[in-house]
Amino acid sequence: MSDSQGLTIDQYIHHHLTYWTVGEGFWSLNVDTLLFSFGLGTLFLTTFILTARRATSGVPGKWQAFVELVVEGIHGQVKSVFNYDNPMMGPLAVTIFVWVWLMNFMDMLPVDALPLVAQHIGAAMGMDPEQVYLKVVPTNDLNMTFGMSLTVFLMTMYYSVAKGPFRYGKFLLTHPFPSHNIFAKIALAPFNLLMNLVETFAKPLSLSLRLFGNMFAGEILYVLIAVLPWWIQWPFSFGWTVFHLIVITVQSFVFMMLTIVYLNMAHEIHDVHAH
Amino acid sequence: MDTISLIANIQGMTALGVCLVFGMGAFGTAIGFGLLGGKFLEGCARQPELAGMLAGRMFLMAAFVDAVAMIGIGLSMYFVFANPFVNALLTAAKAAGH
Repeated sequence: MSDSQGLTIDQYIHHHLTYWTVGEGFWSLNVDTLLFSFGLGTLFLTTFILTARRATSGVPGKWQAFVELVVEGIHGQVKSVFNYDNPMMGPLAVTIFVWVWLMNFMDMLPVDALPLVAQHIGAAMGMDPEQVYLKVVPTNDLNMTFGMSLTVFLMTMYYSVAKGPFRYGKFLLTHPFPSHNIFAKIALAPFNLLMNLVETFAKPLSLSLRLFGNMFAGEILYVLIAVLPWWIQWPFSFGWTVFHLIVITVQSFVFMMLTIVYLNMAHEIHDVHAH
Repeated sequence: MDTISLIANIQGMTALGVCLVFGMGAFGTAIGFGLLGGKFLEGCARQPELAGMLAGRMFLMAAFVDAVAMIGIGLSMYFVFANPFVNALLTAAKAAGH
């Protein structure tokens, strides 16, 4: 592979790690991430909405059975973790799970499949084929995972603060070390505040970096396997693909569950019976 | 000093650092998963009807266990392929006129 394209191994790997970027500096957009994430989101929404519109209460067809399987499974998981009345949690969970799973699944396509197609299209349009970059896995991109986790973080902040900023402030000062003595309260307040601040910022950071790290490492391993001679590739790629299928599902499930758990914790601040 | 030997020095240190990150992450993750899986099997043996729910919780906890290891792997892969220290050295060498 590396010889037929006239690239060295290093150049091949670098080619596969470069985004299709448009723009400069702060406004540089990774167009391939945006295209694939929007495309997969549209695919997911179209499929699910069409199936829901044609749903019957008689014997379900295959698509309806599948969508019901996904929605009911996620409904059960969300119900076990989220204890408050918020109609947005179910759809949020389904969206996160299915969308992140579809985006992670793009890692299953052969490393060179779509980039080669893009290079041929680029060559037909007059560009230098070596300069055509395409990364097909959106969740490989820090921008994508941070976008999702920052959105979740904003939701958490909204639910923490909107129903009562003073109660949230009191929560920050009295958890995780509560006390009844007024002097102990004043003494423990700085520690509580520090720990709560660290936790508040660690949650979205770890949420996004977990998904990014898994998908980035997966793609790097696929590129490295692609560099091996063709007669030794299949055992490695088969083994890694089987493991990666598990990783894809677990990571999307965990992203969904942690989102719901964090939102539950945000709702718990304003629940007088939970403390 | 010779730029090439400086680059070689940085790359050697980076390689060692990446190996340590991988190794220690794998060490902690292996122990964590072993304990997690053991407790899960014990819980299933005590109450088999909870096996489904426990399995879901186990996968959730597994993500916490290998989160930091995966973050380390992601960042160290970045260091292998786009080493910012080497880039900083090259910028400084160019500025100094080498």
